[in-house]
Amino acid sequence: MRCGMVRLLGLIILGTAGVFWLITRPVSLPDDALAGLTGRTDQGERVFLAAGCGSCHMAPDATGAARLVLAGGQRFPSDFGTFVAPNISPHPEAGIGAWSDPEIANAVLRGVSPEGAHYFPAFPYTAYQRMEMQDMADLIAYLRTLPESDAPSAPHEVGFPFSVRRLVGGWKWLFAAPDWVLQDPADAEIARGRYLVEALAHCGECHTPRGPLGELARDAWLTGAPVPGKDRGRVPGIDPASLDWSEGDIVEYLTSGFTPEFDTAGGHMVEVIANFAQLPESDRRAVAAYLKALP
Amino acid sequence: MSMKTPLIGFAIGLAVLAGGAVVAGSHVDKNVEAAVKARKAHMQLYAYNLGILGAMAKEEVPYDAASASAAAGNLAALARMNEGSYWPQGSDSLSMEGTRALPDIWDNIDDVLVKAKALTDASAAMEAAAGTGLDGLKGAMGAVGGACGACHKAYRQPDS
Repeated sequence: MRCGMVRLLGLIILGTAGVFWLITRPVSLPDDALAGLTGRTDQGERVFLAAGCGSCHMAPDATGAARLVLAGGQRFPSDFGTFVAPNISPHPEAGIGAWSDPEIANAVLRGVSPEGAHYFPAFPYTAYQRMEMQDMADLIAYLRTLPESDAPSAPHEVGFPFSVRRLVGGWKWLFAAPDWVLQDPADAEIARGRYLVEALAHCGECHTPRGPLGELARDAWLTGAPVPGKDRGRVPGIDPASLDWSEGDIVEYLTSGFTPEFDTAGGHMVEVIANFAQLPESDRRAVAAYLKALP
Repeated sequence: MSMKTPLIGFAIGLAVLAGGAVVAGSHVDKNVEAAVKARKAHMQLYAYNLGILGAMAKEEVPYDAASASAAAGNLAALARMNEGSYWPQGSDSLSMEGTRALPDIWDNIDDVLVKAKALTDASAAMEAAAGTGLDGLKGAMGAVGGACGACHKAYRQPDS
């Protein structure tokens, strides 16, 4: 009788461990995900700008040509600790120069490192997972053209238990839904805007409030949120209920940074606008059309 | 030369006012409050003239070379004005209510002057371009916005 209890308990523990193992294991892309695709650097630049890679991965306060040196070092405070952006320049040791194309794609689209560990979702792969594979191939080709930096990446300053990377697998399983927030876009422009906002530009990462575990509240999509790691300040809501700007106002804001009152963007949005200003106007118009199409 | 003089005046003004504030003590005096009012009014004049240019850039109103030139001329003149007395020590967001000017301004005067120069240059470029056509105006808008935004990003308390 006692023997049976022990066995049952053992089974429960084993089962729980098995489920934990299954849920938290890193899931990579299929091996042939990039097969047959050729990266184009000119198209890759457009993806790079829309995805805002440089805004987080350039050195702190980089200006001019240094904006393309993805040396890392910017700090991102959060409720779970401070994340430090790593060096993703093509340097073979300090950066990602020695990584294969599938390894880079796994990092960006699945949040999995070449060693098979989870990245923390401060890296917005939950948005990037919606990226088209051709765009991924183009982005990789472009990243490989950028200047090298030998600056070593600094460790994140994240305390236990959030520092246990395996747990990120559980977080992904719970919260990293790949489906679109806006279903059935009415036309091609709104669909392009959805792709820019929800996938590449990862606008929701700052403009959508988060739950207790840092998950995006998809039912409050783009309705505004506190500034992470700060006591005051708010990232404004940009859904139709929060933002009464015309589409022309939104396009102008993404071009010059001027609000309808001719105040300017502040904070990290300045970097976003520096990127968006370099995209074709059709992309800025698509973002405006998408924001207006939200419920 | 004409570009440099206001910037030097700005720096001297800050230094002189810094001394004055130490003597006056930590309470917010009328002169400081007046200075904050003056710089807000100055910002409002930027915004008003940018509004005229921006309405054309957004094609909300038809392009008009004369009014574009006039607004751009005002913008450039505003950027060239000596703002030294607008920024006394003790008029930062930690010292008083009613301003979002971060104390970092007074710790980084050299950088503030570089950023001020960027606005002088961008608004001069706008002054040259605004009367030449809508494309010229649109093309000059981004640099002006970039110059305004660079300073606001570094030195203005985010909206609460």
